[in-house]
Amino acid sequence: MNTEHYLTLSALLFTIGATGVLVRRNAIVVFMSVELMLNATNLAFVSFSRAHGQLDGQVAAFFVMVVAAAEVVVGLAIIVAIFRSRRSASVDDASLLKY
Amino acid sequence: MILLAEFESPKVEYATISPLLIVVGAAILGVLVEAFVPRAWRYPVQVGVAALGLLIALADTVRVGLALDTLDAGLLARGSLAVENSMVVDGPTVFLWGTLLVMSLISVLLFAERRLEGGLTSFAGQAAALPGTDAEREASTRGIEHTEVFPLLLFAVTGMLLFPASNDLLLMFVALEVLSLPLYLLCGLARRRRLLSQEAAMKYFLLGAFSSAFFLYGVALIYGFAGSFELADIDAAVSASSGANAYLLGGIGLMAVGLLFKVGAAPFHAWTPDVYQGAPTAVTAFMAACTKIAAFGALMRVFYVAFGGASWDWRPLMWVVAILTMVVGSVIAITQTDVKRMLAYSSIAHAGFVLVGFAGVYAGTGDVVGVTSVSSVLFYLAAYGFSTIGAFAIITLVRDAGGETTALSRWAGLGREAPVLAGTFAFFLLAFAGIPLTSGFIGKWAVFAAAWAGGAWPLVVVAVVMSAVAAFFYVRVIVAMFFSDPVDIKPAVAVPSILTTGVITVTALATVALGVVPGPVLDLAQQAGAFVR
Repeated sequence: MNTEHYLTLSALLFTIGATGVLVRRNAIVVFMSVELMLNATNLAFVSFSRAHGQLDGQVAAFFVMVVAAAEVVVGLAIIVAIFRSRRSASVDDASLLKY
Repeated sequence: MILLAEFESPKVEYATISPLLIVVGAAILGVLVEAFVPRAWRYPVQVGVAALGLLIALADTVRVGLALDTLDAGLLARGSLAVENSMVVDGPTVFLWGTLLVMSLISVLLFAERRLEGGLTSFAGQAAALPGTDAEREASTRGIEHTEVFPLLLFAVTGMLLFPASNDLLLMFVALEVLSLPLYLLCGLARRRRLLSQEAAMKYFLLGAFSSAFFLYGVALIYGFAGSFELADIDAAVSASSGANAYLLGGIGLMAVGLLFKVGAAPFHAWTPDVYQGAPTAVTAFMAACTKIAAFGALMRVFYVAFGGASWDWRPLMWVVAILTMVVGSVIAITQTDVKRMLAYSSIAHAGFVLVGFAGVYAGTGDVVGVTSVSSVLFYLAAYGFSTIGAFAIITLVRDAGGETTALSRWAGLGREAPVLAGTFAFFLLAFAGIPLTSGFIGKWAVFAAAWAGGAWPLVVVAVVMSAVAAFFYVRVIVAMFFSDPVDIKPAVAVPSILTTGVITVTALATVALGVVPGPVLDLAQQAGAFVR
């Protein structure tokens, strides 16, 4: 298996994630799709790292994991707050701000 | 196997990056204050820590700026790489740091305003209490407030200082998140209209995370192309490559999405009006000024330093984005009926004007120090930052029983009710429109001159036309304030404490000063010179 296969898989996962963000309605699922995009990026980092014969890309993957974890904390806090006040986590229901 | 003796500890230039360390230190101190200081004392201590931290960092930035090494004889580039080449402290960095610290210091004063809400800050007393419940009312009668907003602001400032100073794409991504995460939270903490505020936070968070993922995938592709995260290595790889490389072009495009989202450029602007309207006004003022400064700094560094060699590939893209941003911002602003939302669209239009200067890619003639793309953008950001914080500070003062009244119809007749306040607001609007003798005029002149010299004259023509369109909706607000009668109830103007009054006075004076005697600051922006690579 050469690097191209892993990169194709990573691009595929990234696209699935991006599509998920655009079409899903539940904020939690939208957020999970963003996480899928970040992990697709990690796969790309690690494959490129392997292709270049360096460790830089693998280190990058660790940084991305830590940042993604921090993002989960903030994101879930916001989504839970909005769920408690609206009894709904649908992104379509949050429509007071428009035009 | 690596032996311990072989391990070399990284060299960190603490003296060069100390402003950043002071701000992050103040932020951590703020977290400790939250844990150990009794509730009654937290507010004064937090305000003191935040203001003092930023003030010391500002003084330290001046010291760092004076100590920059001259690399080139003609002041073209000064500064040095730091922290194992992952950061760079050069002229533009120091200018951006200074601007950011001044703006955030002013924002701290707005955050600390307590008289408007009857002795409490304009942030939610208890963010966990549901809107409209007894728990929320109890929190406000017992005088509970979230003083965490000050450390959050300092963490956001840390990210903003790091963002344009990173010489390494991975560090830049981390800085992007460090500046964004506290802002997402701050947006959701309004005391009044909490549903709007929470909705703004959720929209900002989901779209912000979405755009960071694009930025990150761009970084991955660039890493695949160049085999390094460092901007200088990427530049070398770009110069060495011949023909179109899919990784490079894909990476440039995806990174552009992430950065243009942060500056609020069309077609990635959709979050701006919602978030600016829903967030607490003090946070909106802080975001509008500081996020733009940091994001444009990073945008220029990435595209001029790392992708400078491929500028013919990305320039057409930036032209399209600049034109689209100016048109969308100016035209949609005309139909707005909410003052905050109108200023949000105005900020989109301003992002377009800054992009005109950026897309001109004019590095100067080399021998004479004149207006360049970098210096004009730096000046514009400083000028726009002052006026925008001032304008949002005035919005916090026009109120009724439910808090701020931002509907434009309720502002009718404000000129008779409070002539000084309405006059100052009108002055800020004229500065946004770019009337001579205001900072906006000099800023626009500088970016248009740089773009024209760089050969981007079609952009300048569109920009001038759009400035005229934008002037229409600014004048419409002025007409509503001074020449129309109040509809049913007169707008009420709250009397603020010295904090907000001081903010409005300082920003108005800065707007006048930068318009009448722009020389010193314009010189400073030109002395900043080019980016060090």
